[in-house]
Amino acid sequence: MDVVVCVKQIPDPADPGELNPDTKTLKRDTKLILDESDSYGVEMALQLVDAAGSGEVRLVSMTPGGETGGLRTALAMGAESAILVSDEALAGSDSLSTAKVLAAAIKRSNPDLILTATESSDGYTGTVPEQIAEILGLPSVTFGKEVSVDGELATVKRQTESGYDVVDCPLPAVISVTAGVVEPRYPSFKGIMAAKNKPVEELDLAALEIDPATVGWAGARQEITEIVDAPAREAGEVIVDEGEAHERIMAFLDDLKVL
Amino acid sequence: MGFSKIWVHGEANEGVVASITLELLAKARELADSVEVVIAGDADSVAAELGAHGASVVHSIGPLDGGLAGPRIASAIADACSQGSGPDVLLCGTTYDGRDVAGRLSAKLDTPVITNVVDLKPDGDRLLGHEPVFGGTKDVFTGTTSEGLDIFVVRPKSFVAESTGGDPASVSALQVGDLGSTGTAVVKDQFVEESSGPRLDEATIVVSGGRGLGEPEKYEMIEKLASLVKGAPGASRAVVDAGWVPYSYQVGQTGKVVKPTVYLACGISGATQHLVGMKGSANIIAINKDEEAPIFGIADLGIVGDVHKVLPKLIEALEAQ
Repeated sequence: MDVVVCVKQIPDPADPGELNPDTKTLKRDTKLILDESDSYGVEMALQLVDAAGSGEVRLVSMTPGGETGGLRTALAMGAESAILVSDEALAGSDSLSTAKVLAAAIKRSNPDLILTATESSDGYTGTVPEQIAEILGLPSVTFGKEVSVDGELATVKRQTESGYDVVDCPLPAVISVTAGVVEPRYPSFKGIMAAKNKPVEELDLAALEIDPATVGWAGARQEITEIVDAPAREAGEVIVDEGEAHERIMAFLDDLKVL
Repeated sequence: MGFSKIWVHGEANEGVVASITLELLAKARELADSVEVVIAGDADSVAAELGAHGASVVHSIGPLDGGLAGPRIASAIADACSQGSGPDVLLCGTTYDGRDVAGRLSAKLDTPVITNVVDLKPDGDRLLGHEPVFGGTKDVFTGTTSEGLDIFVVRPKSFVAESTGGDPASVSALQVGDLGSTGTAVVKDQFVEESSGPRLDEATIVVSGGRGLGEPEKYEMIEKLASLVKGAPGASRAVVDAGWVPYSYQVGQTGKVVKPTVYLACGISGATQHLVGMKGSANIIAINKDEEAPIFGIADLGIVGDVHKVLPKLIEALEAQ
């Protein structure tokens, strides 16, 4: 079974970044890392291919600037290869443009299963998995918290408001997985060394026959009209616990009459 | 473009309309003359409640029969749009099905979708979505420049649901065309997870635990506290990722947005990811060892201390009441 995992390389969330005042989008001049949300899909894919006994895990990603740091992390976990769509015209892409580009790259490898996170940690639109599925004409199950595959059928426990649904989905399909679905492995030293030599195929938009006018700034067809400082919430009283802090909390709750 | 006719993606469970749907209706009727709902399942059982909240028509795609809502509702709306009977604007909730509908429909109609919206306002003949960014420190307003349908995905608790006492909505059937293989996923079974207290996003008090608890067993203190105050237990992303509690416990940007009367953050440092999901709480109490923790910057009552010392005493005090 061949699995494609869509992964995103993002600025380190510990370094929140800022908006470019001219273009009103995220400045992306820092080093990019693998979005932690995607490590679950990579691990899931490795386990499913392992269970199937054959096949490979391939990564698909896009970035305007050709970075591969985050991809190397996923390759070090055990993915076989990666397709990186890199083109300056991708800057400013919204979720639909992203899905168009990823779908075009996915088509080249014709996988049995496409895994994604439920949403990225920096953009968090949460619509890309469904957009990819629709563009490729595939069924999909989002918010998978458990995934198993038997032949041509995936069975997914899908998170719901009150619990979960068990959903059977014929392959090929797109499945998005929640954080915590599996425990992502740490890349071994051997894995890290091997990742340096694994193939990363870099493609531009022309290679995918995508019109640059349909992606990036031009394709997003959205404009940010205004950026303002959000009203700040004031810090209140801060006390150091000397063994009596619970009494202060009780008094606070009593004042609010919520007990 | 335009927003004189707004459709709301309706969600309901066993004849009870989801709170997010009523919240969206409250805003929609403030913005537009014509407010309608598109919904799957038994539309007749919810037409009265939807009407009371401002919907004039319920477009019903009928029972799902095990199919998923996303591709079916998206296909039905896309067909309505191509026949000229669709809306100018579709509002979906940031829910499991809401995002499925928005994503599918956006790709079907090749139209952008604006997500993580917490407010909507008119701008000429279009609507702007208001989205908080950078952990809620900045607000941006985004509109589309495209023709045709505008899709907004709105976070729960952005608006207050309120009945206007309107007449029941009329129910009108909306056809779902051939879905091809996009509609082949089938729900085989449904499980309701045991939860004794109120729902996380509806509780008056939310007690959340984070990495500062140290080990998974200590999360039991959070559940104990939550049950003593008749609240709901929540968690930071760090402990959900670590597998201590299920994803459904997660409060934050990825996860639930909560606005309880009291939010008690225990051993949570206050990463922007978390703050986005709880900074709208009326009162915030934080307990953390690190006096520099960002959570203290928004807490009404901050306790610099060890959760392992403070929480057992707090539990004891509550039990004594």
